[in-house]
Amino acid sequence: MIPELGHFALALAVALACAQGFVALLGARRLDARWMAAGGALALGQFIAVALAFAALVWSSVIDDFSVLNVAENSHSLKPLLYKISGAWGNHEGSILLWCLMLAGCGAAVAGFGRGLPSALRARVIGVLGGCSAGFLLFTLLTSNPLMRLWPPPADGRDMNPLLQDPGLAFHPPLLYAGYVGFAVPFAFAVAALIEGRVDAAWGRWVRPWALASWSLLTGGIALGSWWAYYELGWGGYWFWDPVENASLLPWLTGTALLHSAIVVEKREALKTWTILLAIATFSLSLTGTFLVRSGILNSVHSFASDPTRGVFILGLLVIVIGGSLALFAWRAPSLGATGLFAPVSREGALVLNNIFICSIASVVFTGTLYPLFAELVFGAKLSVGAPFFNATVLPLSVPVLLAMTVGQILPWKRAALGPALLRLWWAALAATAVGVTVALGLRVVLPAIGFAGAVWLVLGSFGEIIERVRLFRVPLSVSRARLAGLSLSVWAAAIAHAGMGVTVAGIAGMALASEKITAVAAGETIAFAGYDWTMEGVRAGTGPNYNERIAPIAVHRNGVFIVRLAPARRAFTTQRMETTETSIHTTGFADLYAVLGEERDGKAILRLHYNFLAPWIWIGALIMSFGGFLSIADRRLRVGAPARGGKAGRTSHAVAAE
Amino acid sequence: MNPVGRRLMFLAPLALLGIGGVGAFTLLKRMAEGDFDPRGVPSMLIDKKVPDFTLAAQSGQAGFSAADLAGAGQPVLVNFFASWCLPCVAEAAQLLALKQRGVALWGIAYKDRDEETARFLKQHGNPFARIGRDAEGKAALEFGVYGVPETYLVDRAGIVRWRWVGALTDVVVARALNPLLKQYA
Repeated sequence: MIPELGHFALALAVALACAQGFVALLGARRLDARWMAAGGALALGQFIAVALAFAALVWSSVIDDFSVLNVAENSHSLKPLLYKISGAWGNHEGSILLWCLMLAGCGAAVAGFGRGLPSALRARVIGVLGGCSAGFLLFTLLTSNPLMRLWPPPADGRDMNPLLQDPGLAFHPPLLYAGYVGFAVPFAFAVAALIEGRVDAAWGRWVRPWALASWSLLTGGIALGSWWAYYELGWGGYWFWDPVENASLLPWLTGTALLHSAIVVEKREALKTWTILLAIATFSLSLTGTFLVRSGILNSVHSFASDPTRGVFILGLLVIVIGGSLALFAWRAPSLGATGLFAPVSREGALVLNNIFICSIASVVFTGTLYPLFAELVFGAKLSVGAPFFNATVLPLSVPVLLAMTVGQILPWKRAALGPALLRLWWAALAATAVGVTVALGLRVVLPAIGFAGAVWLVLGSFGEIIERVRLFRVPLSVSRARLAGLSLSVWAAAIAHAGMGVTVAGIAGMALASEKITAVAAGETIAFAGYDWTMEGVRAGTGPNYNERIAPIAVHRNGVFIVRLAPARRAFTTQRMETTETSIHTTGFADLYAVLGEERDGKAILRLHYNFLAPWIWIGALIMSFGGFLSIADRRLRVGAPARGGKAGRTSHAVAAE
Repeated sequence: MNPVGRRLMFLAPLALLGIGGVGAFTLLKRMAEGDFDPRGVPSMLIDKKVPDFTLAAQSGQAGFSAADLAGAGQPVLVNFFASWCLPCVAEAAQLLALKQRGVALWGIAYKDRDEETARFLKQHGNPFARIGRDAEGKAALEFGVYGVPETYLVDRAGIVRWRWVGALTDVVVARALNPLLKQYA
């Protein structure tokens, strides 16, 4: 009964989404207040309907209803509860439904939080989101219904891919999808602006929080995925330039560019058409990423069963959504009004530079990811583009971005001089050079030295604007402190997010110094590696709810002092007949001690030990970036200035008075 | 820039999408027809002799070896399957239809228990003339099997002519398999 209710809710959601798109867009065109208001209500209704369908799927999975095909194929009665829940989105059908839920959530969020927006713009945004929802819901209902019944039901399920039975991965897709799909809102704003034929500073201000939220979530989602690959796949790597990783990196890159160009729209009313194009491109890349994975065109660890029929449906959907918006862009954007002029050396000039470099990186990654398909299609050749290509192209393009990031932050708007700005960062440059030279001479390595120097430059330089604003050491300290208290949150947010990038860069540079050792050890044997003594205490057997495992406890000592007991394991999952390696990781904050258990032979176990210098910083940095993004949303300046209604304006002025 | 050039510039993203869309559609079409396999590398066995193997028989059936394949006197479809594999269930009807048409189908039960294979055959029908048991997956390793189901076409001389990963669909049979069966009959 519950799955049927979910199925019905899904069908209802399709109808509501169609109505949402139609009523809201037509209402905005006719400037009919009631129709426009109905659009918001329909968006809420659609969200509730999709949420019900999703809840029905999770419920079927939790109570082991194997008469639901999706549950039978992907779950098992012995699977732990967390994975029964997360298993609901760990497969094609469920993940698409989750995608729809997020998209419906975006519409509901605009309806709920967007009350400060002009009603026509709000209705158009909701209408565009409703149209997208209708397409994806229809796709779910017609080709990927997660609530399809199976008769007769099997006695038990086929279980989920053991690699996916992992807490990190339970939350990776929802976060990533929230980021992916969140960019639907800036996209809808862009399409709405094109329909209205008007982009102004207010538009830039309205788009920014949505772009920021999506960007922050996407940052978190990508980081979580990379962390999962790091500890679950057991290769010791953290980024593999896998097509699917690239597919998530692309919207992140263009989304980053969008965040920055929207600032220029807000402050200077320039770069309007470019920002519109970025908003369309970011969501389009999110969609393309989904399409490439779901259709199985790109071979990847992430692809579920590939199905060309579904692929054709998604492709059609994509062509309608992206093609429609780009056609609208080609038609309306030329009349959006000339871009304001500005000097090349200025804050906005620096932001343009940021856009150029980040979009170059995005094009390189895009080319590298799609080239194998192109080669297959045009030359009939099988080839793959791997890490060497991406490292050789992305790294050189990142250096100027990192260098310019900190300088751009302290440049004033409109017109600036580069010399004085650089002079104001002399201390950060000095520290960066000192670190770089020390690492280069001490360890005789070039790339990590550049990386560390860049990291120091970024972390210190990011706070350059704050130091500049409080006029540190140029006025008495008490005055500086008072100025510090008066700084807006967004200044802090920018500094923190940029510094987070520096932390990540440090982690990546540190990982270039990581060392590993593969060795066969007998019980009780001790190995000296990376300044630690690793003693394997003998392999023992264990059992979990749906697997058997071999565990090799390793006591790690440093100079005779006990540090930690690692327990790498190999798990054999009974239902799926698959083995996974469970890495065991101890982090000191500055490095990860990372152990993997390999095969056992002749009474010895093969151990792979890694010493990953600064590895945790990669993800800590991403977390900091994400935090910076959210902090920026919290800045009231993003909300002030929106044509507020009485109550809101009253609150705002009160807040100012309190300061 | 003149107004026309400016207009054209704004059309560029749409053109890019058009090219990408046509390319993706072509790939999807070729995927459905069986001449594009995104799983990458084509089988190393194509146009080579079948690797050497001898398989124990599934109870009540005849087993077979590489030599039996070469001496079959007609092209044989070798199908790796397992009772625990859902796509194999989906494929069962297709295989039965091929058997009806007189195509020789020999099955290899991959990493499966004898009684479970028997139950599977009873439930979904047995299209196979012979069934070998590859309990440890050694023969599959020799073939370079990617996963079950997987199907190989072996000609009269015992040479592998074609491989298909995943369940055989109507389109694959019509577009890829039938011409080959005619060619090597």
